[in-house]
Amino acid sequence: MALINFIVYEILNEPAVLVGLMTFLGLALMRKPVSKVISGTLKSILGFVILGAGANVLVGSLNNLGPMIQDAFNIQGVIPTNEAIVALAQQTFGSETAMIMGFGFIANLIIARLTPLKYIFLTGHHIFFMAALLSAVLGTAGITGAPLIIVGAVILGFVMVLFPALAEPFMKKITGGSDVALGHFGTTGYVAAGLVGKVVGDPEDSTEDIEVPQSLSFLKESVLSTTLTMIIIFFVVSLIAGRDIYSEYSGGKSIFMFSLMQGITFAAGVNIILTGVRMIIGEIVPAFQGIGEKLVPDAKPALDCPITFTYAPNAVIIGFLFSFLGGLVSMFLLGPLGLALIIPGMVPHFFTGATAGVFGNATGGKKGAMLGAFVNGVLISFLPALLLPVLGSLGFANTTFGDADFGVVGIIIGYIAKLFA
Amino acid sequence: MRVLAVCGMGLGSSLVLKMNIEKIMEQEGIPGSVEVKDLSSIMGEQADYIFASEEIGAKIEHPAEVISVKNMTDKNEIKEKVLAAYKKL
Repeated sequence: MALINFIVYEILNEPAVLVGLMTFLGLALMRKPVSKVISGTLKSILGFVILGAGANVLVGSLNNLGPMIQDAFNIQGVIPTNEAIVALAQQTFGSETAMIMGFGFIANLIIARLTPLKYIFLTGHHIFFMAALLSAVLGTAGITGAPLIIVGAVILGFVMVLFPALAEPFMKKITGGSDVALGHFGTTGYVAAGLVGKVVGDPEDSTEDIEVPQSLSFLKESVLSTTLTMIIIFFVVSLIAGRDIYSEYSGGKSIFMFSLMQGITFAAGVNIILTGVRMIIGEIVPAFQGIGEKLVPDAKPALDCPITFTYAPNAVIIGFLFSFLGGLVSMFLLGPLGLALIIPGMVPHFFTGATAGVFGNATGGKKGAMLGAFVNGVLISFLPALLLPVLGSLGFANTTFGDADFGVVGIIIGYIAKLFA
Repeated sequence: MRVLAVCGMGLGSSLVLKMNIEKIMEQEGIPGSVEVKDLSSIMGEQADYIFASEEIGAKIEHPAEVISVKNMTDKNEIKEKVLAAYKKL
């Protein structure tokens, strides 16, 4: 009895150790050397603790921005940042997220083995984010314990093959039929861009025939682009709010130093969280891939979105610009519609906008890349706003999930779960 | 041979690259390690080689030699480049 109590109340209640346990199982099943098993397990536990520390840094800055927007505009201001919302979700749903991720891997392998949807989803941080979303949405709907983990893992395993399958027809066109699939939870936006491209344009009129300055490629360095965007957002919000409001939060500092340090603090938090995520994912994903190759040898690996960038580098830049434009236009539409103010972030618009541009270009050339990416920008503004109500108390965190599929899956599952709970 | 695999976030393409390079090193019996890094945090790192995609590789300034990979998923290209790098060491 003492042993069962220890397992249930101590180990299963400590999400960091649970994450380590999942990694341990993966590495041990792959029969890695003992030293590798120990170092991998410890690294993933460390990563989880680092992730929580990053959340504390980031919240310091976020708790200034949110209320400031509230005071100035009387509206909830939200900056979609996956790393931030996931780190916050771990404070409430840490154990659930770890279990859903672990069993979700297994569900993915079983589905790939038994059905024609032969994909193994290898974008580890997105699996982790989706597991966090599912535990938050199902938990908010009132589902707990074993049913939460089983339902969450089955849904996770299913979306890990569904989205690569949806992207597949477009990926064949983009890559010329190579043997790699797209595993990224922004796929709703990419498929929308591909379909828009088909309607409006001509693939022969490609973006790759024009000269585009590549100077915007520094945005790919996500730490830098987060820092710059957040400084600008803090500055603009403080400017519009006026001295009376921002001095309440700045403690008497000038608008310049306040914006600079708050923006940098936010980015530092994101960077700490990313370091943690890297330590977890860097250990779990290779183990998972090894098991996958043995169990489902004919499956395609589904990989992160930058794998598409090399096929159309101009569409990457055009896609980012038009997605961001879509985000700006949407920002002004959300308020009048009574939804939360979604402030477009550089990182989600860069990665998903660029990929949407590549998809749009493959089906509709220049026009496809522009309009397709614009539609992606609108989607990743409205979906996060509509997602907030199903996230429960996490919906008031001033940050939320950024990419399109998190919105689609969260909204659908949230409303279905409410019917049963 | 100590290798860094680098991309913008240090999570996506660099991890794919790391897994492919590790597999080749294991098959060919090359001793050493491969670590994943993001573009912003490689400066203080010691390494023999840095592997990255062409666009990322062009932006790296580092004392270690930077090896750009055209196609992240092409195992033959990566194998050739890993073997050539190991020979030079």
